[in-house]
Amino acid sequence: MKKYVIIGNSVAATHAIEGIRSVDGAGKITVVSDEPHAAYGRPLISYYLYGRIARDKMDYRSEAFYERNQVDLKLGRRAEKIDPTAKTVLLDDGETLSYDRLLVATGSRPFLPPMEGLDGVKDRFTFMTLDDALSLERALSPEKDVLIVGAGLIGLKCAEGVFDRVKSVTVVDLADRILPSILDGEGSAFVKEFLEKKGVRFLLGDSVAKFDGGTATLKSGKTVAFDLVVVAVGVRPNVELVKEAGGAVNRGIVTDSGQRTSLPDVYAAGDNCESYDVTAKQSRILAILPNAALQGECAGVNMAGGKRDFLNAAPVNAIGFFDLHVATAGSYEGECYEERTETSYKKLFYKDNMLKGFILIGNIERAGIYTSLIRNMVPLDSVDFDLLKRSPALMAFSREARRDKLARRQ
Amino acid sequence: MKRIYVNEEWCLGCRLCEYECAYANSGISDMVKALKGKTIHPRIRVEDGDGVHFAVNCRHCTEAICVKSCIAGALSRDGNGTVVIDREKCVGCFTCVTVCPFGAIMPAADGKAAQKCALCTDNVKNGVPNCVTYCPNRAIVFEER
Repeated sequence: MKKYVIIGNSVAATHAIEGIRSVDGAGKITVVSDEPHAAYGRPLISYYLYGRIARDKMDYRSEAFYERNQVDLKLGRRAEKIDPTAKTVLLDDGETLSYDRLLVATGSRPFLPPMEGLDGVKDRFTFMTLDDALSLERALSPEKDVLIVGAGLIGLKCAEGVFDRVKSVTVVDLADRILPSILDGEGSAFVKEFLEKKGVRFLLGDSVAKFDGGTATLKSGKTVAFDLVVVAVGVRPNVELVKEAGGAVNRGIVTDSGQRTSLPDVYAAGDNCESYDVTAKQSRILAILPNAALQGECAGVNMAGGKRDFLNAAPVNAIGFFDLHVATAGSYEGECYEERTETSYKKLFYKDNMLKGFILIGNIERAGIYTSLIRNMVPLDSVDFDLLKRSPALMAFSREARRDKLARRQ
Repeated sequence: MKRIYVNEEWCLGCRLCEYECAYANSGISDMVKALKGKTIHPRIRVEDGDGVHFAVNCRHCTEAICVKSCIAGALSRDGNGTVVIDREKCVGCFTCVTVCPFGAIMPAADGKAAQKCALCTDNVKNGVPNCVTYCPNRAIVFEER
């Protein structure tokens, strides 16, 4: 009977469990996580604060999941070291787990740059885990001013989450625009204007020089009074376990298309490792939930002796702020088709006879048709691209391709 | 499993399926009250082209990318293989809308969650798809293939 050990218990781990069980119903699966919770949808934490989901609905799988899949769950425990020769994992309480196949699904952690005086701020938070959200929630009240450092996905989802529960929200970012990881300059300006109308205040192209109790002094000399601060300037992949064991690591853990690391029988999946982005044609960390799921499943199948390759990774993001929805995918290179109205913004990027990327703001209907063109690298001369530019539709495919699609033959 | 299939050659583009879908999922027993004067939000949509019409709804993919991409675990396959959505868990991020290759998941009427075809297993039709029942030209069928 094979022994599987999984370090981490979020999305990649959950899909790995399902992947393993799709091949091997008998092996012993042990999951180690330093978080004291069953797996939950990590991006839900902002929706929880925003009031879109109840705490008891946040579990990623049903209550019976771990039992049904015969998973030995070790929660609140931390893996300290991998010994790839002895094939063991050392835990923080001294216990040693031996494995036949190991998955490192350790995700990432908030990056905290050194900021003068931050340690002296009583109510300071990061926004990554459920416990982060719950402790932030305890500090919220209607008379408080919130300062968020970082205008990326995490910072702005946090801003939305707390907005109705506090007096004010100010966002500071060193960059001169918001959401640079998913939007181009004009798209950033579109969303920023919307958020400003809502009442979120931005101080961009500026950064905190120092904190002094409840006052932040910025590089520009401006001061911002606040009651609590959330630092969301970025994340760092948790690569140390693999690196210290001698495994190959670039920015993230390096794996092959079957999620195998350079260490024998050690796999990695999720926000801690790189994928080959088919749109940018390079390996990079795609820290998005669907990618973690697909990598996790692929790893699980291979760990159990099946054969799976994950070959079409691409950035895909869906995010909303106060019901303004944004859907993006791929890389923003090549020629651009654009449309803009008062309430919507659309850009399609295409090159080498392929759709490379898109940005949709306001109207995201049927965006997945675009995403599938990108992911499957569909030659644009095989579809009616002029029709697709205006709106995503299956009508744009040839009759045969459409028939095969709708009949589930491809 | 039995799924809904569309015979493009037979589709008249009458959109009755859209109305029957909206009615079946309205929770209202009187069709007139359910539909009259209202903007409908059906889970099946007809596409029209140059002399070509066809309806599109969820394909209930075996390797469903929406299920794997859902940030909440709100989408799942039930025991029969039907891809279903748990509205209580859905937060309306619309990742599913952004990945469905068929464009077959859409925001629900209130915009706060996604909606999709569950083969009428989640309404009073009890697993007998209403779009199929009332398609006047039998362009939409419910069968094992």
